[in-house]
Amino acid sequence: MASQEMEQLVRREYKQGFVTDIESDTMPPGLDENTIAFISHKKGEPEWMLEWRLDAYRQWLKMTSPSWAHLDYPPIDYQAISYYSAPKKPEDRPQSLDEVDPKLLETYEKLGIPLHERAALAGVAVDAVFDSVSVTTTFKEKLSEAGVIFCSISEAIRNYPELVKQYMGTVVPKGDNYFAALNSAVFTDGSFVFVPEGVTCPMELSTYFRINAANTGQFERTLIICEKQAQVSYLEGCTAPMRDENQLHAAVVELVALEDAYIKYSTVQNWYPGDEDGKGGIYNFVTKRGDCRGDRSRISWTQVETGSAITWKYPSCVLRGKDSVGEFYSVAVTNNRQQADTGTKMIHIGENTRSTIVSKGISAGRANQSYRGLVKIGPRAKNARNFTQCDSLLIGDQCGAHTFPYQEIGNSTATVEHEATTSKIGEDQLFYCQSRGISEEDAVNMIVNGFCKDVFQELPMEFAVEAEALLNVTLEGAVG
Amino acid sequence: MLEVKDLHVTVEGSEILKGLSLTVNAGEVHAIMGPNGAGKSTLSAVIAGKDGYEVTSGSITFEGRDVLEMEIEERAQAGLLLGFQYPVEIPGVKNIYLLKAALNAQRVARGEGEIPAPEFMKLVKEKINFMKMDSSFLQRAVNEGFSGGEKKRNEILQMLVLQPKLAMLDEIDSGLDIDAMKVVAQGVNSLRDPERGILIVTHYQRLLDHVEPDVVHVLVDGRIVKSGDKDLALELESRGYDWLVEESAA
Ligand SMILES: Nc1ncnc2c1ncn2[C@@H]1O[C@H](COP(=O)(O)OP(=O)(O)OP(=O)(O)O)[C@@H](O)[C@H]1O
Ligand SMILES: [Mg+2]
Repeated sequence: MASQEMEQLVRREYKQGFVTDIESDTMPPGLDENTIAFISHKKGEPEWMLEWRLDAYRQWLKMTSPSWAHLDYPPIDYQAISYYSAPKKPEDRPQSLDEVDPKLLETYEKLGIPLHERAALAGVAVDAVFDSVSVTTTFKEKLSEAGVIFCSISEAIRNYPELVKQYMGTVVPKGDNYFAALNSAVFTDGSFVFVPEGVTCPMELSTYFRINAANTGQFERTLIICEKQAQVSYLEGCTAPMRDENQLHAAVVELVALEDAYIKYSTVQNWYPGDEDGKGGIYNFVTKRGDCRGDRSRISWTQVETGSAITWKYPSCVLRGKDSVGEFYSVAVTNNRQQADTGTKMIHIGENTRSTIVSKGISAGRANQSYRGLVKIGPRAKNARNFTQCDSLLIGDQCGAHTFPYQEIGNSTATVEHEATTSKIGEDQLFYCQSRGISEEDAVNMIVNGFCKDVFQELPMEFAVEAEALLNVTLEGAVG
Repeated sequence: MLEVKDLHVTVEGSEILKGLSLTVNAGEVHAIMGPNGAGKSTLSAVIAGKDGYEVTSGSITFEGRDVLEMEIEERAQAGLLLGFQYPVEIPGVKNIYLLKAALNAQRVARGEGEIPAPEFMKLVKEKINFMKMDSSFLQRAVNEGFSGGEKKRNEILQMLVLQPKLAMLDEIDSGLDIDAMKVVAQGVNSLRDPERGILIVTHYQRLLDHVEPDVVHVLVDGRIVKSGDKDLALELESRGYDWLVEESAA
């Protein structure tokens, strides 16, 4: 197969999310201290929160946008962005699925999104269509019986100020980096989870969140706390394509695991990547960090990244507690003009800390992808161990994959292993499969899914199935 | 069932097949022999539909259908299957998964619907035992890290599961030890069927001792210069190709 055809094969149109031009309660573009005061006021926040935001803003003003990543994009005009937009009123939304783009519905179908979630994802005024409210209420009851707090960050600031004060900004400090500082100043929404000592959260925190995720803001802030021996599995995002008028996304996620606690955080991200030339795609600059604060605690990040024009994202673990464990499993797909600079940091501080990194990057079209991983072993991290496996798969010959493994080893008893491979979906492999009767498209899917297997098996079951379907849809179309 | 007529094929500007004709009927086993570089693999690759081969004239038909007009996978779905001289490795894709995907693709194309999982497992178990392969091969990635001989057995295993109408086997016997040769030959023999054609490319009499061909062809410099019965292979074994090369040049 000629390489031109190969390119054809991976070229696909984005299954476009729902867009509406009905005006919402949006603040005019621009950012200054008044903007922040406005947001804080709209959210009904206490004074200390406003002060916190303003402090972040003042730090941000003194910072400059990072330039070290392997990314190429025009400078962002922060004064051209609008920082607050109220959720759409039900009457401004489509009233039923009949009003929704049939193409979008088709995609949901292909992805196996449950019926009752499709409407919410498509932006349909939920109450008018189905009883998600009662679903939500059932969830809430079950959670509160267990003592788990699960609510929006705004609610948490109002209702659990002590917890928020105690933990927010302790994992990702306000001035941690340019985008984190911006987020700290202007965040508008996100989730808050608190699992008390000894409690295993009775359900995966997914469905409820996904319904709300349809209105995700551009500056999300999430805080998850597991007390001693507590456990939670949290699923962020969804495989369904999401469109967002906001080009810039800068989220912050903080995880805190105390002694013997376990937090599993899974992400499937499929934002609009832009057209073939990368126009109109989302810029996604995320700071995600987990703090294994207690001994024997464990934090596990699993992510499947297929969307966005630009992704800048390094979910990290700070392994402070003795015998604590950090894990990072990632599949990143870039196509057309997409760019991704992603990876992880494992900071070993405590004794006997262990970390595992499995990163699978797939590049097609003219996309560029970098893996950037830091494994840092502090002087007190006796017998720390890291294993890193970093594989790249190229489809076609105009795309690129780069690997930047950094190691800083401050303790001689540490063991750090790094394995890396780069392979190409060869024409020989496709011919072999086709000559067995398998179509080109199915052959690509089969090879790609095989490549990602190690990561998919880390995903919660329902997500794994969707993720596989997502990759198929992502690389679908335009054969021949 | 397979009819190749006056086939001319060019690869990267040079003509490799120069007017090749060949007819294989159902129930027959044909062997193609010939010196290195004569065009044997080129012939099977063109029949299977590999890219990069330009057919400048001539035709290939299979059960009356114009093969050159068919997509690669359509040819397989129609029952034309190639066993590779150099099977490729596909990391990450389990052998059993490829088998199942291939079988289902072919069945669906024939309108039969996918095979139920228990039935598939039963079928595969039976065939893998027949090929004296350990069942762990099913869980390994396609051909990855397989020895040369294991790859060849795996090709036959696929044939046994997929049951093509015409099996083309390109040097399925090279790199096999004596025992493996017997197993592979048994596999090929089990494919013998009044409804099926078999086309074997080989350099050695060894395989033909076990799999007796109905017709033997000698391919020299892009053409079939001589065809005969199984005794022709024996003659080649003792005399080599030179006399034929001279004969055809004359
Ligand atoms: N892609 C290619 N580019 C250039 N030449 C090619 C290509 N493929 C085949 N050839 C040439 O075509 C000729 C026939 O090759 P082919 O592989 O068909 O021979 P063969 O009869 O199978 O030989 P062997 O017995 O060694 O397997 C050789 O000279 C080979 O170098
Ligand atoms: Mg050959």
